[in-house]
Amino acid sequence: MAKIQTVKFKNRPVIIGSYSIVGPKEGQGNFKNYFDYIMQDDRFGEKTYEQAEKKMIQHAIIGAIEKAHLKTSDVDLLLAGDLLNQIISSSYAARDFSCAYLGLFGACSTMAESIAVGASLVNGGLFNNVVCSTASHFSTAERQFRFPLELGNQRPPTSQWTVTGAGSCVLAQSGKGPIVTSATFGKVIDWGINDVNDMGAVMAPAAMDTMLTHFRDTKTTPDDYDLIVTGDLGKLGSEILIDLMEDQGIKLGLNYNDCGQMYFTREQSALSGGSGCGCCATVLNSFIMKKLQDGKYKKVLFMPTGALMSTTAAQQGETIPGICHAVVIERGEE
Amino acid sequence: MDAKQRNEAYNNYVKAKIPKTRPWPTLFYSFLVGGIICCLGQGINDLILLWFPNMAQQTAWGYTLIILIFLASFLTGIGVYDKIGKFAGGGSIVPITGFSNSITSPALEFKHEGIIYGLCVKMFTIAGPVIVSGVVASVLVGIIYLFI
Repeated sequence: MAKIQTVKFKNRPVIIGSYSIVGPKEGQGNFKNYFDYIMQDDRFGEKTYEQAEKKMIQHAIIGAIEKAHLKTSDVDLLLAGDLLNQIISSSYAARDFSCAYLGLFGACSTMAESIAVGASLVNGGLFNNVVCSTASHFSTAERQFRFPLELGNQRPPTSQWTVTGAGSCVLAQSGKGPIVTSATFGKVIDWGINDVNDMGAVMAPAAMDTMLTHFRDTKTTPDDYDLIVTGDLGKLGSEILIDLMEDQGIKLGLNYNDCGQMYFTREQSALSGGSGCGCCATVLNSFIMKKLQDGKYKKVLFMPTGALMSTTAAQQGETIPGICHAVVIERGEE
Repeated sequence: MDAKQRNEAYNNYVKAKIPKTRPWPTLFYSFLVGGIICCLGQGINDLILLWFPNMAQQTAWGYTLIILIFLASFLTGIGVYDKIGKFAGGGSIVPITGFSNSITSPALEFKHEGIIYGLCVKMFTIAGPVIVSGVVASVLVGIIYLFI
């Protein structure tokens, strides 16, 4: 029997609510008209950036639950993850919710990972309402992975800007909203890149692998989707993915794009684009969901990528493994 | 093609694809800002000697350094130095002001983890290697000096 990577959700789990919250810089980017909430201050009234990130997740979870017209007590399971060590933002945020919790780590692919896991559980009829959430914060990621904020260094042109933002959605067995129809769980792929400033090149082979598997397993082609969107490959990474796919004989056309590449305007000097869990999570839960509800898109392949990086392993000379999970979200019947 | 060959080919492909930093504008801004910082230092030194004509040159140099370090530290604190650095690159890293920035910025960043384990421990995460190399180099030079 062939190994299973792609699953189809016959019982059609529905995304009945979604919510996005972003920082001030992100609030001036290309998706500014779609976000639910734009923070005035990237500390969000908290003492530290870590606490701000935790509060963002809480805010996004509550927002999504309210938009789904539910109460927090209606939620059975919370699936969440973030970039910080021991995924503290998610786990600490989960203290305030009286439901079961699974912490996930898929780096920047966490949004798709949580939807894929959540949809599987809902489709199986095991849980009724599952909340999927993730967040990232520029200032917490910088200090964990790179340099202090006030250090006067220059960033290389391949580096990306970690998005300050959180996104959440509520999956349910029935209701109104976009439907998760299938998911492809990705493999860990490492093609020997060890440049911590070039995440796009790390993750592009993983995206290629998952994309090929998905097209093969579902017997679809890029033309079957209104939008194929990767998470945060950035400008360089998405160009690499297009090249890699072309080598495999699949041409990605105008319906392919990358959240990181689209996120910021040219004037915002974000170099290769946005990155972080919050990047694709906020785009999915604002722009893409609205377009699915409006009927502009009918079928979207959402496939965020993650660089499963640790600063310790990178300093020890290890190359960086990447991963990509894909979920197909379709417009539901009205 | 085995995995090793594939990785090598991919690394070469990525290397060719990476956008390069443009050297001439980068060098220009770096020398411009670096030069301005040096002129500022010379100006401060001259002013000190003008106002205190009896001061020894050596002492005046000391005060000049203290003033430059303070200025860079202050600019880091109010969030200006990183903006200069983004524009100037090496120009604002190489002078002593860059050293001051590299100590002040982690001190600011990690103050929430406490005075001892946060601020004091993390203060030298960036400047540490420079200090170690400086001390080691001075020991080596001292040994050479002993024999000549």
